[in-house]
Amino acid sequence: MGKRVAKEVSIAVADAVAQCKVDVVSAYPITPQTHIVEHLADLVNNGELDAEYIPVESEHAAMSACIGAAATGARTFTSTAAQGLLFMYEMLPIASAFRLPIVMVIANRAISAPISIWNDHGDVMTMRDLGWIQTFAENGQEAVDLVYHAYRVAEKAMLPVAVNLDGFIVTHVVEPVELLDQELVDKYIPPLKMKHKLDPKKPITIGAIGVPEIYTEARKAQDEAFKASYKVVVKAWQEFEKISGRRYQPIETYKMEDAEVALVIMGSLAETAMNTVDALREKGKKVGLIRIRLWRPFPTQDFIKALGKVKAITVFDRALSHGATGGPVGIEVRSALYQSNKRPKVLNLIGALGGRDVTTEDFEELFDRTFSFIKAKPRFAYEIFGAKE
Amino acid sequence: MRPELAKFKGLNIKELPKEDWIAPGHRACQGCGTVLPLKLALKVLGPNTIAVSSTGCMEIITSPFPFTSWKIPWIHVAFENSATVASGIDSAIKALKRKGKIPKREKINIVVFAGDGATFDIGLQFVSGALERGHNFIYICLDNEAYMNTGVQRSGGTPFLAHTTTSPAGKVIHGNITWKKNLDGIIAAHNIPYFATASPAFYMDYMNKVKKASLVEGPAFIHVYSPCPTGWGSKGEDTIKLCKLIVETRIFPLYEVIDGKYYILNRKVDKPKPVEEYLKLQRRFRHLKPEEIEMIQKRVNEDYERIAKMCEVFAPPKD
Repeated sequence: MGKRVAKEVSIAVADAVAQCKVDVVSAYPITPQTHIVEHLADLVNNGELDAEYIPVESEHAAMSACIGAAATGARTFTSTAAQGLLFMYEMLPIASAFRLPIVMVIANRAISAPISIWNDHGDVMTMRDLGWIQTFAENGQEAVDLVYHAYRVAEKAMLPVAVNLDGFIVTHVVEPVELLDQELVDKYIPPLKMKHKLDPKKPITIGAIGVPEIYTEARKAQDEAFKASYKVVVKAWQEFEKISGRRYQPIETYKMEDAEVALVIMGSLAETAMNTVDALREKGKKVGLIRIRLWRPFPTQDFIKALGKVKAITVFDRALSHGATGGPVGIEVRSALYQSNKRPKVLNLIGALGGRDVTTEDFEELFDRTFSFIKAKPRFAYEIFGAKE
Repeated sequence: MRPELAKFKGLNIKELPKEDWIAPGHRACQGCGTVLPLKLALKVLGPNTIAVSSTGCMEIITSPFPFTSWKIPWIHVAFENSATVASGIDSAIKALKRKGKIPKREKINIVVFAGDGATFDIGLQFVSGALERGHNFIYICLDNEAYMNTGVQRSGGTPFLAHTTTSPAGKVIHGNITWKKNLDGIIAAHNIPYFATASPAFYMDYMNKVKKASLVEGPAFIHVYSPCPTGWGSKGEDTIKLCKLIVETRIFPLYEVIDGKYYILNRKVDKPKPVEEYLKLQRRFRHLKPEEIEMIQKRVNEDYERIAKMCEVFAPPKD
């Protein structure tokens, strides 16, 4: 087993990327992602990581270079946040349609305007439909483990993977983190061998024009591969458990066995929420927590199973979908439940935007509201929580 | 002077391969002056080449899935970023060679084919970034002086007063009101190992330039003039004539810049033909008044003299 050491999570994440022996790192700096790519540059320039580091002139270029490198058969990495992700946006569906195993860490940050460097999930929600596998980390250890997992999944499923970490809240915190021993990483992530790549010995055409007779079929083929990646994701976590002893699954539950109400959360806020669950449980309140770790492909069955016997849930979204029937996670959950016999009441609150803190007191209020929602008639599709009037 | 260029003797036409790496049966228009440089470049570079195309005519005509005209590995990603895609390919090859996954001695050319819109306008940032970082690739800008693929809209490469669908020759505004962007100056200012202009009519000159571009380590850029009969309203059979006239009128001087410091004029035009001879073969200029043609002539003279002077003053050292 590896050693547990106190490390800033960004540094640990970069160390994990280096352990995965990437060939090409291409990145543009943006807060709060910078420490990750700076540390990778250090590793390359000090000879600790044998890779080409391309200090590109923009995030659009970062993803473009990753596409070129991955198409040539190289293991690639990039990282970004907020405006950077939005600037890169055009390249994201191309990376997935080309079936390229690119791994990207997103240090989640609110999008402009008003400009904000702090955390929410507004940036990543813009790319939820682009064919990228997406996972959300709760803390530093999980962030590191999801990086290993990302390479395993990307190269088995031949699809790009985005690992989401809450900006600052996770990226800049110093935590005890255990990195895997190198030989275990090597076993878990063997050298990349791509069947189709830019190779003069075996020429192929990538990125041809899709005439109307073929476009639908091409997208369908991609969609089938994407749906099939669910099994790859789960299997990779099972294999990870065997080598590390750390268990991960698409949906994480906390004290859900007899819960009457539950919160549904993605990312680091779940840590605070768990403390609240503990406190309320001590008072005899049957509350629980559901955390979505795998956001795409959405693990519908796991989610429905995780609900147990709850009568009401509050989906706490950290992104807005202006004028929609809910926040992105809220919409997803409601849609999943509509096809299910299990249909608890769903309250959808949107909060913690642009770095606004959510405290244990706030979570207590959320649980109270969820309890009172069991019998209430819903009046709003969603509500923004914690805004000062 | 770079030894690899100083030693270069020029290609022998008899030694060029009969085989083409761009297959016939592509969908280019009759008389297309853009597909020609594609074919000639690949004749020089051969099969150990990876090509990147920007979105544009050349990408569309060669790749209607499930067909492809490319006998070499080829990738199209988007409109603006082919220089960056090439950067990624270059970095991948460097890393994979170092790790023994690609044989170290294997020479793989990376060539970008991009139009003027992709280069002068939307892709300029990406081109600049890739040149500045010094990636080892050849960028060939196929300049047909407008966005032909979308239906002849003006670009930064469109000449002064040319009629396009977004710079129409109207009653008040008489065509494209800006002069062609000095892309060559911008590219040369990056001090890259090799920069050249070329015209397909002077095909050996062009092919030698492609060869030189492949010999230098680092970025090379070739700006190729590429007539578009459809967009220009010229006759298909006049394409090569236009390719000659553009040089003979001094509108498009053929020259090279080595490392951003040595200038070489490849074709001295002592007795230039009047620009009118070139302009009158194209419908996009038919609305021009004599005084406008005179303005163009004046600018052409100035630009040519400036380049000729640069070539005189900053000639490569004689060994």
